[in-house]
Amino acid sequence: MNNLLILPILIPMAMGALLILFQRQPRVQRVLSSLTVLALLALSVYLLLFVYQNGIVSLEFGDWPAPFGIVFVADLFSAFMVILSSLIGAICLFFGFFTLSKEREKFYYYPFYLFLMTGVNGAFLTGDLFNLFVFFEVMLIASYILIVFGGTKYQLRESFKYVVINVFGSILFLVAMAYIYGITGTVNMAHLAVRNAELGQSGALQVSAIILLIVFSMKGALFPLYFWLPKSYYGPPSAIAALFGALLTKVGIYAIIRMFTLVFNQDIAFTHTLILIMAGLTMFFGVLGAVSQFDFKRILSYHIISQVGYMVMGLGLFTKTAIAGAVYYIAHHIIVKAALFLFAGVTQRITGTTDLKKMGGLLGTHPLLGWMFFVSAISLAGIPPLSGFFSKFPLILDSLTSGHYIIGAVALIVGLLTLFSMLKIFIYVFWGEQKHSEVQANIKVGSLLLPIVPLVLLTIVLGFAAEPMFTFSLQVADQLLTPSTYIDAVLGE
Amino acid sequence: MEILMSIIAGVLFMTGTYLLLSKSLLRVVMALVLLSHGSHLLLLTMPGLTRGAAPLLNLGENTFTDPLPQAMILTAIVISFGITAFLLVLAYRTYKVHKTDDLEELRGSADE
Repeated sequence: MNNLLILPILIPMAMGALLILFQRQPRVQRVLSSLTVLALLALSVYLLLFVYQNGIVSLEFGDWPAPFGIVFVADLFSAFMVILSSLIGAICLFFGFFTLSKEREKFYYYPFYLFLMTGVNGAFLTGDLFNLFVFFEVMLIASYILIVFGGTKYQLRESFKYVVINVFGSILFLVAMAYIYGITGTVNMAHLAVRNAELGQSGALQVSAIILLIVFSMKGALFPLYFWLPKSYYGPPSAIAALFGALLTKVGIYAIIRMFTLVFNQDIAFTHTLILIMAGLTMFFGVLGAVSQFDFKRILSYHIISQVGYMVMGLGLFTKTAIAGAVYYIAHHIIVKAALFLFAGVTQRITGTTDLKKMGGLLGTHPLLGWMFFVSAISLAGIPPLSGFFSKFPLILDSLTSGHYIIGAVALIVGLLTLFSMLKIFIYVFWGEQKHSEVQANIKVGSLLLPIVPLVLLTIVLGFAAEPMFTFSLQVADQLLTPSTYIDAVLGE
Repeated sequence: MEILMSIIAGVLFMTGTYLLLSKSLLRVVMALVLLSHGSHLLLLTMPGLTRGAAPLLNLGENTFTDPLPQAMILTAIVISFGITAFLLVLAYRTYKVHKTDDLEELRGSADE
């Protein structure tokens, strides 16, 4: 039954390879890829139910026992992340059907899309550090290709920088792994946790912990290392930008949370305080960037940065409530951010621009679009009945009860500035006088909105079902904070 | 032997860093190649270069070579080859489209 674990990786990989053969038949590619993502979604829900009932599941490849062979592990957190990635993968794919040009579809868009899903799911499910590196690379290579897809002048220039920065990050990852393997003699995460506890995380092990933090915060766009994100996410079309904005940084955040709850948990006073400081600065500078911009997609890109800060803040506080808040926040953010990027795509389809100053009065001609955007925007900013409020609430509450007043204050101010910049978009794009022509006003966007509807409904449902969702997040946090269950599941017997 | 390998890795890192700070597209690609070779060498050297028999079940040998770093750098080398090829194509396309390989001229302005 444990073989279930390999399927979220195997299915997109095999289908992606198969789709290369159908390069000239976009219709076949569409049908096969939509079947794949739907199968993935069903499978990931089943996987979470399975993990929920049977505890942490691990799969040892070729029956080699755990510290020696390759393992895949699914605990509640990783199974939950796989559900989120499959959900966003499905929705962005369907959105892409309506928005991508025919030429792009013929240039291996679907195969690389599925390879990206392979990398993301693999990074969530793997149980050792080296496979994490490999799946990061699978994901990144697919992302390099998707981000340069279309090859405009802007994209070529910015994606070269994106590629160089990420390759440099991967090289640092290898360096950190060299130190870790040299000191502990293992790359299996559970075994690493045991060795780290024996050595007390001192000396060079601490150094490699910080190098890993740098690597993952480069991928996850944390404070000093987020400069690449807004420019590179601005280039590609909205279907791809939404997938990236929702998923790619979250893989880095997942890796930070995994490593710093499971393995590097001996010197909390140093590492987690550092993470907390980084989280505060990330939130603050990210939202300042968002406030200063006047472009739909750029504002959203800067908001990714500021909200990544909230998730890491939950880790930095390192209490059960805070980590549960961070898990809840990841779910909320992935759903809402994908929706907002897709809205940017819809408005771009109507008006032909993403510059806020050239748009206006869309509420008059496309009321449904306007109100759906409004719901997602205030959800992002954290207005009570929606999911944004219930995910920020435990984080801020916990920062105040545990005496971290500064980070609590920063989080509150950032929430306010987020509301301000989201309302700026709403006012500029949807209010005011109509700046688009009558022809543009008659463009029907019903089919474009269809894939976004589930996301908007989900943010409302997550808000009204906060109680069961938060109970689930607490279970996830409980599992993350007792690494012994993970270690027993991998190394046990 | 470890000392020599560490020095070589250090030299590779040094040269790579120097090239990474230059302005030409091609030199930046070369920098990443050298840096990844440096990190592969570091990964091979860090656990210690034990020489001995192949790690198979021929009991009777006393020292065994550690196969894991070799397996890991093999994977890492393949990945870095793939990325290098992609980077070269990307650098070439960027050069063709922008008619320059000077990174200073490839800077983005605030309002495009």
